[in-house]
Amino acid sequence: MDFDLSEEQTMLKDSVERLLADQYGFEARKKHGAGKAGYSDRMWQQYAELGLLALPFAEEDGGIGGGATETMLVMEAFGKALILEPYFASIILAGGVLRHAGNGEQKAALIPAMAEGGLKIAFACAEPQGRYDLFDVETTARKDGDGWVIDGKKALVLHGDSADKLIVSARTSGNARDEDGISLFIIDADAEGVSRNGYPTQDGLRAAEITLQSVKAGPDALIGSKGTAWPVISRVADEAIAALCAEAVGCFEKMHELTLEYLKTRSQFGTTIGSFQALQHRAVDMFVELEQSRSMTMYASMLATGDDAVERARAVSAAKVQIGESAKIIGREAVQLHGGVGMTMEYAIGHYFKRTTMLDILFGDANHHLKRLAQLDGLIREDS
Amino acid sequence: MDLRFTEDELAFRDEVRSFFRQALPASIRDNIVAGRHTSKEELVTWTRILHDKGWAVPHWPVEHGGTGWSPIKQYIYLEEMSQAPAPAPLAFGVNMVGPVIYTFGSEAQKNRFLPRIATLEDWWCQGFSEPGSGSDLASLKTRAVRDGDHYIVNGQKTWTTLAQYADWIFCLVRTDPEARKQSGISFLLVDMKTPGITVRPIQTIDGGHEVNEVFFDDVRVPVENLVGEENKGWNYAKFLLGNERVNIARVGVSKERIRRIKELAAKQRVGGERMIDQPEFREKVAAVEVRLKALEMTQLRVLAGEAKREKGTQDPASSILKIKGSEIQQATTELLMDVVGPYAMPYQPEEAIDGRNEPDIGPDWASTIAPAYFNTRKVSIYGGSNEIQKNIIAKAILGL
Ligand SMILES: Cc1cc2nc3c(=O)[nH]c(=O)nc-3n(C[C@H](O)[C@H](O)[C@H](O)COP(=O)(O)OP(=O)(O)OC[C@H]3O[C@@H](n4cnc5c(N)ncnc54)[C@H](O)[C@@H]3O)c2cc1C
Repeated sequence: MDFDLSEEQTMLKDSVERLLADQYGFEARKKHGAGKAGYSDRMWQQYAELGLLALPFAEEDGGIGGGATETMLVMEAFGKALILEPYFASIILAGGVLRHAGNGEQKAALIPAMAEGGLKIAFACAEPQGRYDLFDVETTARKDGDGWVIDGKKALVLHGDSADKLIVSARTSGNARDEDGISLFIIDADAEGVSRNGYPTQDGLRAAEITLQSVKAGPDALIGSKGTAWPVISRVADEAIAALCAEAVGCFEKMHELTLEYLKTRSQFGTTIGSFQALQHRAVDMFVELEQSRSMTMYASMLATGDDAVERARAVSAAKVQIGESAKIIGREAVQLHGGVGMTMEYAIGHYFKRTTMLDILFGDANHHLKRLAQLDGLIREDS
Repeated sequence: MDLRFTEDELAFRDEVRSFFRQALPASIRDNIVAGRHTSKEELVTWTRILHDKGWAVPHWPVEHGGTGWSPIKQYIYLEEMSQAPAPAPLAFGVNMVGPVIYTFGSEAQKNRFLPRIATLEDWWCQGFSEPGSGSDLASLKTRAVRDGDHYIVNGQKTWTTLAQYADWIFCLVRTDPEARKQSGISFLLVDMKTPGITVRPIQTIDGGHEVNEVFFDDVRVPVENLVGEENKGWNYAKFLLGNERVNIARVGVSKERIRRIKELAAKQRVGGERMIDQPEFREKVAAVEVRLKALEMTQLRVLAGEAKREKGTQDPASSILKIKGSEIQQATTELLMDVVGPYAMPYQPEEAIDGRNEPDIGPDWASTIAPAYFNTRKVSIYGGSNEIQKNIIAKAILGL
């Protein structure tokens, strides 16, 4: 067993952290978020130059061939800086679909462009009625000549409003909540019949509700084989959850750091509030949650890329439960220990609280994953 | 011992309930149910309705417009009001400065201010906290220097709730910088229109504007606006802070919230079934209900004991009310987050919704839930943080 990072991994971590320390302070972040897209295209180009946009893709597809650990390191750094760019939406999610199910032509056409920063894709996998069940697909794709016609509604499509293309899950057979019969299609985001209603989310990022009305897709739009997308979707979602956990750990780390700083500098009753034992213990509780979350994130990152779907699901759900619970505890304590300033937009801490609250929700909250884990008989079994 | 309400109390409850049902404007009610803020106009309208009924300030002495109800009846009244649900009267006037004025103020102050508090003709705000003085309130630095018939006030208050609407602010100011910190403080009433006052909004994490900074730059305040004696302000402030016992636990508000949670959970589908039909969800709600019932009984014990207690002494159990009450309010907002699920994510501030024709994103009840979750973190911070409450209990009650 080895928890140490390789030399390359350490270099990757350092270079991302250096970039963000330099260009993504709290004030700079406000500027990055001010434009229409809600994030900075300039930062996006810098991520491209650092190779981050190519990171998870295989070398033969134009990527760098990074694995789960590399993704974890990058997402953690992004969490610390609370970045607004669609790295998770485009590179992890949509990129994940292409990695696992794209054919040679699709990869060749899309991945190099993504890696260079010129192409962003959003993954429209959730629907308004489906809550956290990504197999709850009512959107349909009908055969039309040698292509397809897609109709339906997609919900909470992360950065769907600024994406150039969309990967859409649609039903080609079966009933609304069947796992079988789901297919994936890639379409232009401004194709005829696509309407996108973009909006900010609570954490300052963006998403869109998307309506698809008789949207025509060519024969080459199908990703993977017809009707068998569910294993791809669930695998991409599991890997994505591991990435979200890493982002959360980055946020937690920063929340703990900001709170410690505050305890050491805020003075009441003639002394720093960090000298009160009642508050020291609370800072310790936060630290415990942070470290437990970090451990579970490593565990999930390790197992999320495995081929055993059940093993993967258990690990990822377990980590998401830990992250969700820690998000509540760390968020609550961080705001409380800051007193009134924890409640304001002017201070960073509240923004981290909001982002980690959304990270609990994304791809299933702690309740959802606790239930999923329990249905899979938990982590400690006769055969484990 | 009989823990049930008496016949008389039950009849009173029915009377209050049916009055609220008939008198509360539907639009105000619907706003509260939906978790939206009550506007200034709505609160004024509602206060006038209560005033016409003679119920605007039931807990005040009868000569100033009170009703003479027992503490239990006052509690029933507030409970019914929060469950109507109707907006609570503006606490800064009726619960804070009003009682200070009728207890310590001059006759002139009573005549001038009390009637206008009861009708909400004057909107009051509370100028206690300062950037450097939150929990350690007695360290406050805002200075008032006597100059003939006036005090000249310089300094800064912060976290001043709804100062943007206020006609008046009651302030703690330092009048004797030489004295021990609690002893040099006075209680001043300041007209917000006085030259030299500047209000700057502070946006809270939910996106709302409810708190402000208030700056005082050579603000001249007539000496007649001093409450009680100079340098005795700390006593009046302690009286004010210790006064709020009838409704501090917000039991009615949490009850209303739990009914709302159940109503929404019956609309929400999870994995093909109604959320309210999921045992694990029902158990989570029930667990909060248990805590709330315990709090309600503690609250009633405190109130029932009030009449028999020596004036100025407190039931030790009363210290629990703020801590548990705030924790339970926060727990109900967490349950609402569980109910709404992913549609907590879109940020749709109230103003944007008011001026917009498109339908809401997600269910039409979803948009207020995450903001309420974020905003409700405040209840364990303000009014004496929960840590400060625990310090008080440890010292004053447990003798540690
Ligand atoms: C939404 C909101 C509305 C408000 N409205 C008003 C208003 O209208 N008027 C007004 O005057 N004020 C108002 N306040 C201010 C409020 O009363 C203060 O925020 C509160 O007293 C805490 O002070 P602080 O924010 O300076 O935190 P600090 O006092 O700096 O406290 C920071 C942290 O340290 C803890 N702490 C401090 N001392 C101790 C100790 N001895 N032992 C253990 N822990 C300790 C606190 O509990 C807190 O967790 C409002 C606050 C908020 C958030």
